[in-house]
Amino acid sequence: MVNLTIDGIAVQAAPGTLLIDAAKQAGIKIPAFCYYEGYSLQAACRMCLVEVEKFPKLQAACTLPVAEGMVVRTEGAPAVKARKTTLEFLLTNHPLDCPVCDPGGECELQDMVFRYGAGESRFTEVKHHVDEKQWSPVVYYDAPRCILCYRCIRVCDEGMGVNALGITNRGAFSEIVPNMGDHLNCDECGACIDICPVGALTSGTYRYQTRPWEMEHTGTICTHCSDGCKTTLGSRNGEIVRGNNRDSSGVNGEFLCIKGRYAFDFVQHEERLQSPLIRRNGKLEEASWAEAINLVAAKFGEAKGNTGVVGSVHTTNEENFYLRKLAMQGLGTPSVDHQRSGDVHTLLDALAGKENALAAVDDLYRAKAVLIVGADLSEQHPLLAFQVRANVRHHQAAVYTVTPGPVREDKTSAKAVRCAEANLLDGVRGLADELKSKGDLTILFGDAIKGQAVRDLVAFGDSLGIAVKYVCLVDYSNSRGAVDMGLVPGEGGLSIPQMLAATDLAALWVVGADPLAGGGLASKGAFVVVQDLFLTETAKRADVVLPSASAYEKSGTVTNGAGEVQRLVKAASVMGAKPDLEIFGLIARAMRIDVGRAQNEAIFEEIRKTVRGYNVPLPVIATGGAARTQPLNGRLGSIPDPSQVRSARDTLFTSGALGRYSKILKQVVEAPGALYEG
Amino acid sequence: MPYNDPHPAETRIISRRFHLANPASIETFLAHEGYQAFLKASKMTPDEVVNEVKKSNLRGRGGAGFPTGMKWGFLARNSPKPKYIVVNADESEPGTCKDRVLIEFDPHRLIEGILIAGIAGDAHRGWVYIRGEYRYLIDIMDKAIDEAYARGWLGKNIQGTGFDFELTTHSGAGAYECGEESALLESLEGKRGQPRIRPPFPAVSGAFQCPTILNNVETFCAVPDIILQGGDWYASLGVPKAGGTRLLCISGHVQKPGVYEVPIGFPMMKAINELAGGLFPGRKLKAVIPGGSSCPVLAAHECDLPMDYDSMAKAGTMLGSGGMVIMDDSTDMVKAALRIIKFYQHESCGWCIPCREGTLWLKKILTRLDDGIGVDSDIDLVGELAENMLGRTFCPLGDAAALPTISIVKKFRSEFEARLAHVQVPKGGNESLVRIHA
Repeated sequence: MVNLTIDGIAVQAAPGTLLIDAAKQAGIKIPAFCYYEGYSLQAACRMCLVEVEKFPKLQAACTLPVAEGMVVRTEGAPAVKARKTTLEFLLTNHPLDCPVCDPGGECELQDMVFRYGAGESRFTEVKHHVDEKQWSPVVYYDAPRCILCYRCIRVCDEGMGVNALGITNRGAFSEIVPNMGDHLNCDECGACIDICPVGALTSGTYRYQTRPWEMEHTGTICTHCSDGCKTTLGSRNGEIVRGNNRDSSGVNGEFLCIKGRYAFDFVQHEERLQSPLIRRNGKLEEASWAEAINLVAAKFGEAKGNTGVVGSVHTTNEENFYLRKLAMQGLGTPSVDHQRSGDVHTLLDALAGKENALAAVDDLYRAKAVLIVGADLSEQHPLLAFQVRANVRHHQAAVYTVTPGPVREDKTSAKAVRCAEANLLDGVRGLADELKSKGDLTILFGDAIKGQAVRDLVAFGDSLGIAVKYVCLVDYSNSRGAVDMGLVPGEGGLSIPQMLAATDLAALWVVGADPLAGGGLASKGAFVVVQDLFLTETAKRADVVLPSASAYEKSGTVTNGAGEVQRLVKAASVMGAKPDLEIFGLIARAMRIDVGRAQNEAIFEEIRKTVRGYNVPLPVIATGGAARTQPLNGRLGSIPDPSQVRSARDTLFTSGALGRYSKILKQVVEAPGALYEG
Repeated sequence: MPYNDPHPAETRIISRRFHLANPASIETFLAHEGYQAFLKASKMTPDEVVNEVKKSNLRGRGGAGFPTGMKWGFLARNSPKPKYIVVNADESEPGTCKDRVLIEFDPHRLIEGILIAGIAGDAHRGWVYIRGEYRYLIDIMDKAIDEAYARGWLGKNIQGTGFDFELTTHSGAGAYECGEESALLESLEGKRGQPRIRPPFPAVSGAFQCPTILNNVETFCAVPDIILQGGDWYASLGVPKAGGTRLLCISGHVQKPGVYEVPIGFPMMKAINELAGGLFPGRKLKAVIPGGSSCPVLAAHECDLPMDYDSMAKAGTMLGSGGMVIMDDSTDMVKAALRIIKFYQHESCGWCIPCREGTLWLKKILTRLDDGIGVDSDIDLVGELAENMLGRTFCPLGDAAALPTISIVKKFRSEFEARLAHVQVPKGGNESLVRIHA
């Protein structure tokens, strides 16, 4: 360890630590614009200049490694004067349009001027002006506000692996430009906007909507893919106006993709259902909740055990748990199912008894080697891809891809293997010798690996003789939770295809799913109840449609693809829609069925006690953390038919039914379907 | 273009072939001790070559004056990576034109210097990074390289010595910033010409992340004679701690502007009055930019000094690149300051804030002063802004813009005062004046 003194405080730091980091560890914040932890160094803003004894000039703390006996003053008169004059320089061509600028109130330049202040402006010349540019539906660039800290360029290149941004011109006329010239061709993730310390990059959906202090900021879990990113939804009067990562405490840190940041707009889509619908004379007509619930209760009472129940991959664990209980114990039907997108069951069974064999999101950042089998991580699981990229950047992890076509991870991979979906395991086996030499390995696999192939993959992992962890990739925000809560057919129960094919099914209860999108229902007389946000294909066939609230309008917990449980926090409200749990409770009460209270905390307590691996610490969940489930303490009793595992193979710009109602996902010019198969 | 006439007061070593017939051709070169130094060096060990250069007290001729032998000694020669030689021929410092004549009249001397550096650094690949505006020099250099390959002075197993060396030219794209060594390397690698964070220095991680010897053209050109005649001989030509001769590029208000080779420590007034033929009749000396426009200017009364590193530093300026600009009493110093800052504003790469914003602000104020609509506070503001850039920028370009500005304002303040609008200006600036200017 190196001993040094910063502002009179004795500090110890590892050799090679940068002065700015050492100071941070000691609780001293040296100001900086261009320095950003995790990305390459710039030393361009000159805000972190500090006095270091024995150096004749001020030194940039962001590039100076600590040295034994170093004596540093961060807030001495010379450093403060340097910062003040640098800010004065910065403000010369800055438009100072803070009253209308989006980040006003959460702007690092404002904060810095507030702290070091250039009270009087001595610049009386004409400012250099450049017109604002729109680069994409979600990104605008206002060059005069830009302080050229290069954060956006670095986050795009290093963080996202996209490299969509560059610089044009020289000197004070330098501007950030898309490398495509006038438009972006990128992930449209908006990371550049969040990382921008000023208002140079603004969000196409949020700009000039409101002021930051007029919003309520709610950190909740994104409802799109299964990565489980925490998104901070800014809402005004119950309406979401902005998504970003202001609360960066989630498993994603500062990462968000276009869906987490912008695709909340389905919430306010004009086609949202806001009233229960009952089919009268062949047409769905608005009805009261009481009428609809009573009708459902009566019909379910008649159908009882001959009811098919299809659960959702977006609803909470509590809802899924309660739905299963209500169906199996209350209605007495074993026919419960949901659309599975990864063969989690077989994996958990194959790994039974092993310790630490399931990788969490954070493990992807720490693994020495990562093997991606049959998945386009950057398209389907952008956070996991981001973690792997960061791992390569910071720890030089070895990445291997075994996919049918080219994927973005190839660029940073040690080896990219191409093989047809049926032969993926052959490709994997060819890497055995190389993988054996790595300290540990994390394997991610997509829906092409199911049934026996999962067991073969685990056997391959066992044969390597190193620590191996697995992630079975699944599609949506609570796909994993639906598996864990047991939304699968019980003894003698029907699976989804069987329900649709059964000619004598009396009732079909569909919660947040669209099983009839691909075909009809064989049982023409079946009474169909649908709980959903929109009038889906299934809802159009329904006898009763109940408007439900989205994940952003309720609380509860969800489990991400890596098995981490996190809490949803209500950020918005839509008139007329009710959380599914509340609807379940209403139905149960109307049917006079008692399967416990339809209340989140009570159900979660029951989940903790009865669901394998879910005995997670409550404080972690309650404080917004991610709690890892440990479901490997024994084999599974029965495994549902692996052949029904099928991923929707969403891309960055599609997200199943929700994606169809997100206008922003449809606006971006990048063609959806950039998957290797597309 | 013919080279200016030689002057008897010169000590012509690296320029000694300039006046021969067809000086750039390999025949002329070989007929006048060409490549003999290389053959001698090929029998020496790398350490012996480096030591000879150390003994010579040769200091980098690009402007910073870092001891060349020491720089070569820093090269990570034991690295498993290939080692490279890069020649900085991005001569862009206003007032400087020495690399130009060296390449134009004696390109093989440069090649020979590169080969010797290759021996010293165990390097077998080199680039000559030539300023984009020197288009015709790239052709001359390319022709010389072709000749050298054809005669076996480049390529595999050069003249049976067992030493291999590949050399190519690389054109700059018109950025002064690329004369800064790390920005040059970025540009050489095909990236935007912006400086790198140092350390690591090129000796450890230079071109393509490999150890690199990077020197100015004139520095490489001095090496063959050091090897042939010995480091001690070269050191004896100059002053203690700075050996040899260097090229002075004298321009401005003199009768015989040109490039002259003199030993380090040559008196400045002698250079102006004898080599350059003195000022025009009836004119008096006002100021001298001693070594390229980034050096603080000297007022006439400060110019009676020997041109060596220490004396120049004592006078508050630098030896720089050897580009002397002589200004007589017809010079408008406000215009001179404006011209200098215009250059640096145009060339500021935009990487760091003080240089990027400071140069533009200074240009705007000086333009206003020059237009006769300056206000009282402008003069102090110019000096203060330049001070605020000084020592706080990422690379020396900010200092290069600040130093001459500070010195001109300080030494010629009365000229600025005479140009003021002499109007009462309210606090915060006069709106109407700004409008006129806009």
